[in-house]
Amino acid sequence: MTDLTKLTAAELAGKIHAREVSSVEVTQAHLDRIAEVDSFVHAFLHVDADGALAAARAVDDAVGRGDAPASAIAGVPLALKDVLTTKGIPTTCGSRTLEGWIPPYDATVTRKLREAGVPILGKTNMDEFAMGSSTENSAFGVTRNPWDDTRIPGGSGGGSAASIAAFEAPLAIGTDTGGSIRQPGAVTGTVGVKPTYGGVSRYGLVAFSSSLDQAGPCARTVLDAALLHEVIAGHDRMDSTSIDAPVPAVVAAAREGLRGDLTGMKVGVVKEFGGDGYQPGVQRSFEAAVAQLRALGAEVVEVSCPNFTYALPAYYLIAPSECSSNLARFDAMRYGLRVSDDGAHSAEEVMSLTREEGFGAEVKRRIMLGTYALSSGYYDAYYGSAQKVRTLIRRDFDAAFEKVDVLVSPTTPTTAFKIGERVDDPMAMYLADLCTIPANLAGNAAMSVPSGLSDEDGLPVGLQIMAPALADDRLYRVGAAFEAAREPVLDRVPDLTRGGFVPAGALSPAEAAK
Amino acid sequence: MPKISRDEVAHLAKLARLAVTEHELDVFAGQLDHILDAVAKVSEVAAEDIPPTSHAVPLTNVFREDVVRPGLTQQQALAGAPAAEEGRFRVPRILGEEQ
Amino acid sequence: MTAVADLMDYAEVLERFDPVLGLEVHVELNTDTKMFCGCANLFGGEPNTHVCPTCLGLPGSLPVVNGKAVESAIRIGLALNCEIASWCRFARKNYFYPDMPKNFQTSQYDEPIAFNGYLDVTLDDGEVVRVHIERAHMEEDTGKSLHVGGATGRIHGAEHSLLDYNRAGVPLIEIVTKPIVGTGDRAPEVARAYVTALRDLLRALDVSDVRMDQGSLRCDANVSLMPKGASEFGTRTETKNVNSLRSVERAVRYEMTRQAAVLAAGGHVTQETRHFQEADGSTSSGRTKETAEDYRYFPEPDLVPMAPSAEWIEQLRATLPEMPAVRRDRIRVEWELTAEELRDLFNSGAVELVEATVAAGAKPGEARGWWVNFLAQEANTREVELTALPITPRSVARVIELVGSGELTNKLAREVVKGVLAGEGEPDEVVEKRGLKVVSDDSALLAAVDAALAAQPDVADKIRGGKVQAAGAIVGAVMKATKGQADAKRVRELILQRVAEQ
Repeated sequence: MTDLTKLTAAELAGKIHAREVSSVEVTQAHLDRIAEVDSFVHAFLHVDADGALAAARAVDDAVGRGDAPASAIAGVPLALKDVLTTKGIPTTCGSRTLEGWIPPYDATVTRKLREAGVPILGKTNMDEFAMGSSTENSAFGVTRNPWDDTRIPGGSGGGSAASIAAFEAPLAIGTDTGGSIRQPGAVTGTVGVKPTYGGVSRYGLVAFSSSLDQAGPCARTVLDAALLHEVIAGHDRMDSTSIDAPVPAVVAAAREGLRGDLTGMKVGVVKEFGGDGYQPGVQRSFEAAVAQLRALGAEVVEVSCPNFTYALPAYYLIAPSECSSNLARFDAMRYGLRVSDDGAHSAEEVMSLTREEGFGAEVKRRIMLGTYALSSGYYDAYYGSAQKVRTLIRRDFDAAFEKVDVLVSPTTPTTAFKIGERVDDPMAMYLADLCTIPANLAGNAAMSVPSGLSDEDGLPVGLQIMAPALADDRLYRVGAAFEAAREPVLDRVPDLTRGGFVPAGALSPAEAAK
Repeated sequence: MPKISRDEVAHLAKLARLAVTEHELDVFAGQLDHILDAVAKVSEVAAEDIPPTSHAVPLTNVFREDVVRPGLTQQQALAGAPAAEEGRFRVPRILGEEQ
Repeated sequence: MTAVADLMDYAEVLERFDPVLGLEVHVELNTDTKMFCGCANLFGGEPNTHVCPTCLGLPGSLPVVNGKAVESAIRIGLALNCEIASWCRFARKNYFYPDMPKNFQTSQYDEPIAFNGYLDVTLDDGEVVRVHIERAHMEEDTGKSLHVGGATGRIHGAEHSLLDYNRAGVPLIEIVTKPIVGTGDRAPEVARAYVTALRDLLRALDVSDVRMDQGSLRCDANVSLMPKGASEFGTRTETKNVNSLRSVERAVRYEMTRQAAVLAAGGHVTQETRHFQEADGSTSSGRTKETAEDYRYFPEPDLVPMAPSAEWIEQLRATLPEMPAVRRDRIRVEWELTAEELRDLFNSGAVELVEATVAAGAKPGEARGWWVNFLAQEANTREVELTALPITPRSVARVIELVGSGELTNKLAREVVKGVLAGEGEPDEVVEKRGLKVVSDDSALLAAVDAALAAQPDVADKIRGGKVQAAGAIVGAVMKATKGQADAKRVRELILQRVAEQ
């Protein structure tokens, strides 16, 4: 009996539609896997077995009737980052503030998934309110990287990425504001995509930084990500920032890419990323990836984007500013946590005490930073200046995309760091987003695709591909071609069922050459 | 010379309705100062003639029709309320003035 | 101990200071739905039944702009002679308050949709004051709080509060004047006249119910005093809770006298929000804030900019109705009114009623006469608005018609109108029930005349002797005998005729 959890979403969808296997079987197999390994991965905050199986049964019934499938991935189960609202299912955003909160409405992404016949296995762990690069900021415990249980799975969407890498789900949804889909993808050896801003509806996506947030697909293969991308993308009248244009043909592009030929594709290596300050193993993996792209027929040149060095500081002004405003609604008055409501405290005091208790340190830091950056007297120097840097970054991208079709860089400067290593040093933590941030600021599409394992520590490394806004399809063509030329990285992830994690170690030269 | 003083941090916490502890004030002040140092460099390149970008997506005039759409029932609205009374959200006594 | 504030004598205030006014008016639009979501925009209703994730500020919710509200905003701007922004955005105004679900208000900051306009305001005596408009912008209303446990139902001393968010998100237009200077002792009057004129304009545009008593029109009055000869404005106060036109006038006047007393005593006017007290026309200090609010405005990232095209603006301009000022002129000319008559007409609030009465067949002069005089007095006595009187323009036109045909004298007509107001029915019904018709039957009148002459024989002699005015006593007697239902003029004629015959 094939291990259903080892198949790709594309394979599963095919088998379900061909009646070789039922969606219930597939969904149950994943629920069993979750039951087996999630006590040590801790990717999930909530598992909805009943709901997932009911949805699976509905797909099976439709298949039985001979109905056309609701989507290309109908019946394939999925894990949903706990930052998207799900009606009737708790949505915590990884925060004590929303512990036990049950939304009365579905996010548009959630609705689309349901309409597509995708059973939702449960909600995945994340850094609180999507702020972080390690999932250590979750109020409900850290998620462990399936590659090494002493290490972080990345963040803020560590739960979604880990669930993929642990074979608990073939598909997951993450959200990316400064790299929160891509960086976890890189450090877990999975594919993660941030669509063009406005490509996927934000209605029901609990806001962290409104002008940067985007929901996107997480999967083990580029084609799987493309299939999921096409289900969740599209115009939504409930979101004023939603693009009213056809979804880029990402599945077709992925299939095209799988043929392995990038002739005619111009690739730019971002000069300002990589090199000193990057983990040598990561750098080497990146260089090998670039060589691979050349070997596939792409023309590779170096491109300078000088203002990218200002991207991180600009991001750490814009995002906290928007979040300080977005999180103001959590005031204990209408929903969520409320403390000290004993008649002796005023509403203002209850608000302040509740927020103090309900929010973790990183969230509080960013709220205060954002409050500062927007303050009268400081606005021009901080928030105002950051918005100008944003313009400069877009100009750099525009100039670069005159010369090349896509840009590449390492997704993140290091492999998965140790749990606890950077928690007390915010700036060190922020550096994980160095390469991913520019695409968010410009609103462009970007992907992280596994580029192999670092030869120093045997941990996954990601290749970041960036495309102009609305050209998401280019990511998938390049990503798929690249993936097809490499050994699947997840073939080498430790077997969690052998009583826990196997610590990673340096690779032998032979392994490193794969 | 720190960019941000402990008092300023206390003021920010107040503005943001965060009842931070004394210890947190010390820790946050140091961290925020460090972060502000790093992010302050944005003003180096933020020349007068560069227009700010507030929106990543080049859309304008997104409007909806003035047509009523179904919303939530009173029960749904109050479902998550920490306290409710007579169909309304119950909150502790409010000190401040309406604006 | 709270001392009653010292107030300077009004005349003295004006000798020493120049008042400067700033009026901020908030208008609730009468769109079918809220500003950023599809919830119904309805007054009243069970609490929290016109809400959705967006206007409740639930996590993950997003706003979408109501196009009709933008239309109304532009029309208001055009009617106020403003420039309409070719490109503008919404902004977040950040502060915490339980009646604001997001703890920020989506508003407009430095990019209002309309700016730099004016409204010409005609005062009672016909003087016209041009009030310059700084801006008109779009924003959303807050929810409503009920304060429980305090003595007055107001926030002071309340134990807890109850929030209803039906009103949260209702579209508001905020209209702000530039500082209004040079009004001197007429400042309170100008303030009232401005709000009245603005209300009339908004009503003509049909963008709002403009009911101050229901909160769809709200006014905050900013007042400051400049010592004579000074070049800088003084510190201003903002007075809220001004719930009627009369209150606007009273509040401004009170603030002028209060601030003058403070300044004259060598003190400083505190920049603060004050509350108007209906009961005695005074203003009281609001709670002092420790620090001024820093709203940390920034462009609303969840909404995209608005760039109304020139075509759209012209289309909307074409939908503007006759503006009140233009209408006034037209009426003055059409009905041949003097400036005084025009003033009385508009002040009585009777214009539409008169127009409707004319439409029902009456002559403008007569229609106007009835509404502006007798009916206005009736309204005053009953302490209601003219429009609230239980008599229709059609009925008034009928009464006028009856007088015109001689079936009623003016005196009888007034009785009939009183009957209609008392709920006795339409004019013809009242005439019938009360038997108020003029006695026009000469033989009946002659009988009464004869009886009266017989009762006062010396009068006939006096008349014959040349003292025609002596007939008055007989007229009176006949009127009494006919219970006032005789046409006095006819009676007099008959008396003289009778006397001449004898």
